[in-house]
Amino acid sequence: MSEKTDLGGRVGKGLQSLSSFGSGTTRLEIAAIIATAVTVIGGLELVLRWLDVPQYILPPPSAIAIALITDFPLILPHLGHTLVVLLSGFGIGAGVGLFLAAIITQFPFAEKIIAPYVLILVTTPMLALVPLLILWFGFGYAPRIIAVALASGPMVMINSATGFRRVDSNKIALARSYGASTLQIFRKVRAPMALPMILVGLMIGAIFGLLTAVGAEMVGGGYGLGNRLTTYSSMIQMPQFFGVVLILSFLGIMIYVIFFLIGKRWASWET
Amino acid sequence: MTKNVSGNAKLAIQGAGKRYGDVLALHDCSLEVEANSIVSIVGPSGCGKTTLLWSMSGLHRLSEGEIQLDGKVIVKPRPEIGLVFQEANLLPWRNLMDNILFPFEIKGQKPDRAWIDHLLDRVNLTGFEKSFPNELSGGMQQRAAMVRALSLNPSVLLMDEPFGALDAFTREEMNQLVEEIWMETHTTIVFITHSIEEALFLSDKVVVLTPRPGRVLNIYDVPFDRPRTIEVMAGKEAFDLHHRIKADIYRQERRAGAAAAE
Ligand SMILES: Nc1ncnc2c1ncn2[C@@H]1O[C@H](COP(=O)(O)OP(=O)(O)O)[C@@H](O)[C@H]1O
Ligand SMILES: [Mg+2]
Repeated sequence: MSEKTDLGGRVGKGLQSLSSFGSGTTRLEIAAIIATAVTVIGGLELVLRWLDVPQYILPPPSAIAIALITDFPLILPHLGHTLVVLLSGFGIGAGVGLFLAAIITQFPFAEKIIAPYVLILVTTPMLALVPLLILWFGFGYAPRIIAVALASGPMVMINSATGFRRVDSNKIALARSYGASTLQIFRKVRAPMALPMILVGLMIGAIFGLLTAVGAEMVGGGYGLGNRLTTYSSMIQMPQFFGVVLILSFLGIMIYVIFFLIGKRWASWET
Repeated sequence: MTKNVSGNAKLAIQGAGKRYGDVLALHDCSLEVEANSIVSIVGPSGCGKTTLLWSMSGLHRLSEGEIQLDGKVIVKPRPEIGLVFQEANLLPWRNLMDNILFPFEIKGQKPDRAWIDHLLDRVNLTGFEKSFPNELSGGMQQRAAMVRALSLNPSVLLMDEPFGALDAFTREEMNQLVEEIWMETHTTIVFITHSIEEALFLSDKVVVLTPRPGRVLNIYDVPFDRPRTIEVMAGKEAFDLHHRIKADIYRQERRAGAAAAE
């Protein structure tokens, strides 16, 4: 590939380092990874118990694990709420972002005009709007889904636009030399060429969506994993609190893994 | 080979000119390419060779003059014309076979599998159908690009410095391959190169262009029978032709340099 954006390159490297967990890992390396994890977690457990650190400051890993298991049925519905907010908000935001990126890159003039607004949308933390959105749309799903869409959409859009702008005039000429229509050129050349950057955008957008979903739930109250965080910390139920934090890290990692696998399947030609 | 009389040319370039903004890339360029012949175009870098070839393919609109294929003016890409680009220009997200099928997908046309398999065999790519471009060497990529261009059975094959990026040995192999394919198909070939050896080995005619704006300076007939042997290519006649073409190019470059210095 002739062009490579910074972001694409960086995330590409990140994806590569993740892939090093996969195939090329020897038994010895796996043993070392497990041993390190056991040492860190076990060491933390021992130190916290030995120093008699109170649970409300930092609960030992075992307490977190027990709380996570025993309270999981209570947490599960909140996980469901968060997933609904995340998936629908991300779906709407990513869909609109992708669509706008595809359209706008066809018109460089229009692109210049709307670029500043997209930049503002990308750089403004959408959490700041949540109190306003609640005022407008009440305490239901709507304000949270809108916040997630606003947070993830511009991320998807700006990265996808970078991908769509990556024109290789020779490849387009190739398609044209066979009489390809504008739509065919888009579907068979521009879109596949943009795919690696689109995936980067979707991944960043999903992570931003998760952050915003949790933040909106902390502000909005009532339900959702974010709300569990505020509730558990106010009730000083720290093992449960950290249990929820673990679930959130797991969600973040899942987002990463899913897009990594999609990229490996559909965009591996880039690296 | 029968020599076509003038006016019965496969490709007729008449007073072709092309301007990019302030840059006049091509001006008053006229040339006829006989059917079933191989014509090479050599000339200094930036003299408008790619511009001329893309105009023949219908990818570029000329600013002046016209180009006819079989007596019809070329205004857009035509299915009878196959194009091989300066780089192999394979789509990196498609495997070799899917790259070759790309033109058929665009045209919504059923590929002739037997012909494609024959071509793949001809260029020694059988067994690499599932490989991706980044798994293939430069020579293999360019061979795949040739198969892609030939798969539609074009009557004219336009090649833009196709082997410029390859090492000398691979390049000679590729030249022989082009000769073999031509002996099988007798496709009219217009071949752009900056290697005089390559031009002499392949062509019936070598066309020397002037520096920008490109115009035809001289046309040399290369009368050797095919397949062309090392002995013939190393012989006195080939040597003399080589020398005259080289002198043409160098004399012009010196003149262009002197003009620029003023
Ligand atoms: N798309 C373009 N826009 C502007 N100038 C161009 C374009 N394509 C080619 N040129 C200019 O036209 C001249 C001829 O280019 P080209 O046909 O690529 O030459 P060659 O293939 O002989 O090296 C060069 O000076 C080049 O800079
Ligand atoms: Mg060129």
